[in-house]
Amino acid sequence: MLDLLTLYATNLITWDNTLTLAWIVLTCLLVAVPVLLGMAYTTWFERKVLGWMHLRHGPMYVGWFGLLQPIADAVKLFFKEPFVPEGSNKLMFMLAPAMVFVPSLLAWAVIPVDKGWVVADVNLGVMYLLAVSSLSVYGILMAGWASNSKYPFLGAVRSGAQMVSYEVSLGLIILSVVLLAGSMNLSAIVEAQQGMWFAIPAFPAFVMFLVSILAETNRHPFDLPEAEAELVAGYNVEYSSMYFGMFFLGEYIAMITMSAFTAILFLGGWLPPVSVVPLTWVPGVVWFALKVVAILFFMVWARGTLPRYRYDQLMRLGWKIFLPLSLVWLVATAFYVKMYGNMVWGG
Amino acid sequence: MLADILFLAFATAIILGAGTVVLARNPMVGVLGLVFTFLNAAGLFILLQAEFLGLLLIMVYVGAIAVMFLFVLMTIDIDFVKLREGMAAYLPLGAVVMLALLAELLLAAYAAPISGVGNPIGEGADTSAAALGALLFTDYNLPFQMAGLVLLTAMVGAIVLTHRRRSDVKRQNIAKQVLRKPEDSMTLTQPKVGGGVTASHWEPQTVEEK
Repeated sequence: MLDLLTLYATNLITWDNTLTLAWIVLTCLLVAVPVLLGMAYTTWFERKVLGWMHLRHGPMYVGWFGLLQPIADAVKLFFKEPFVPEGSNKLMFMLAPAMVFVPSLLAWAVIPVDKGWVVADVNLGVMYLLAVSSLSVYGILMAGWASNSKYPFLGAVRSGAQMVSYEVSLGLIILSVVLLAGSMNLSAIVEAQQGMWFAIPAFPAFVMFLVSILAETNRHPFDLPEAEAELVAGYNVEYSSMYFGMFFLGEYIAMITMSAFTAILFLGGWLPPVSVVPLTWVPGVVWFALKVVAILFFMVWARGTLPRYRYDQLMRLGWKIFLPLSLVWLVATAFYVKMYGNMVWGG
Repeated sequence: MLADILFLAFATAIILGAGTVVLARNPMVGVLGLVFTFLNAAGLFILLQAEFLGLLLIMVYVGAIAVMFLFVLMTIDIDFVKLREGMAAYLPLGAVVMLALLAELLLAAYAAPISGVGNPIGEGADTSAAALGALLFTDYNLPFQMAGLVLLTAMVGAIVLTHRRRSDVKRQNIAKQVLRKPEDSMTLTQPKVGGGVTASHWEPQTVEEK
């Protein structure tokens, strides 16, 4: 056994392997750093847009136009005291934030931001994304349970029920898009939309998807897990410092991930709206980022406009309206694909 | 080489996770151990190039079923001490189940010796998802439909057994609310100057139950 291990060790540590490892670490950083920066500026964007909707300025003091506010926030979080409540399950309490944060970053391994710009161009990208996004609910449930406190517990139960409910209709809608494109590879799905974005022929699915991602990421008007007025702050009441910061990071990265997913499934990913000359000069990354920002704006817009749903209304919408509708849509799409083939134009 | 190391890592993790499920004092930790086991089993599937099955395992078992377990555990009141009491009585039964499973595994291994890493669905299949789908909807169509039917029956049965209409809960009828008109709930009066409105003028009209 030991011989085998030393053999493995000597064979593993070679120049080639070191280079490969360095390359892997570099690509991870190349994806993670922009996502984290994007997350920081999503908070800034949200506060600015919400501010304007409320006829105020939003953050203005830290840096020009409040641009350094996210950094100030992060520094503040880092220097707060990490507090672990008495009577909590310590290990789980500390593990929970990581369980929310890590899956949200993992998802970015398969998201193509431009033609060929993807860490792992896997065939089952859609499945991978769904599998990874279903993991973050554990962090929230663990946090609520480990805190050993009423409000976090209620918040966690709500959040878990909500995320599981909306995952069903989300999955069915995604399946209908997969049928249209005839592939589970995210790049192939984008390529299939060269002639027309799927948001146009699959408009009802697009609308349902947009609403479902709000519920899936626990955002307004479905932010019942942290409904301030009734649950104080939901599952993260007992958390402070970077433990809280990691929940925050996880939630906002999940927002960006879901926006990116919507952009890929329905808005043609990195493709310009129409393939004419001045538009095709703009790099694909820019188009992709624009679409993600547009969907993020929609999320903030919903927060600024809509009152919070009541819990039974949320469940009713998920199970009694979206689930049957998305099932009907899936069957209709399957019929269409059977009759006329995949919707792949100009590819 | 790398596959071997990954296999060792996943296999060790599975044993650790399964051990946690059996030995954990706290059922909550047990379920989390189960989730850990599922995740590593998915890793083994992916190592065997059955990516679709692996991801499906995570989506279905980790993303839905284990969450339900966790839910139930979180919301029911469990007496940990009482839970451990009958442990010894069930031990022989557990041993029998374990032996049966072991025998099955050995038989399967004997019938089809494990021969390295390969594509279990068949070489040359474009993706495992397409191959699985083709098999499921042709050769195994009937068992597949039957399995679905059995699951549906179990689901309907569970609902029938546990559902009861409670009369003490207020329910919202959204259609009724939307269809409500101003005339149903208010009357406009023109009180005389100095006369005011007496109660006899005003009779609240209740919405008829339809």
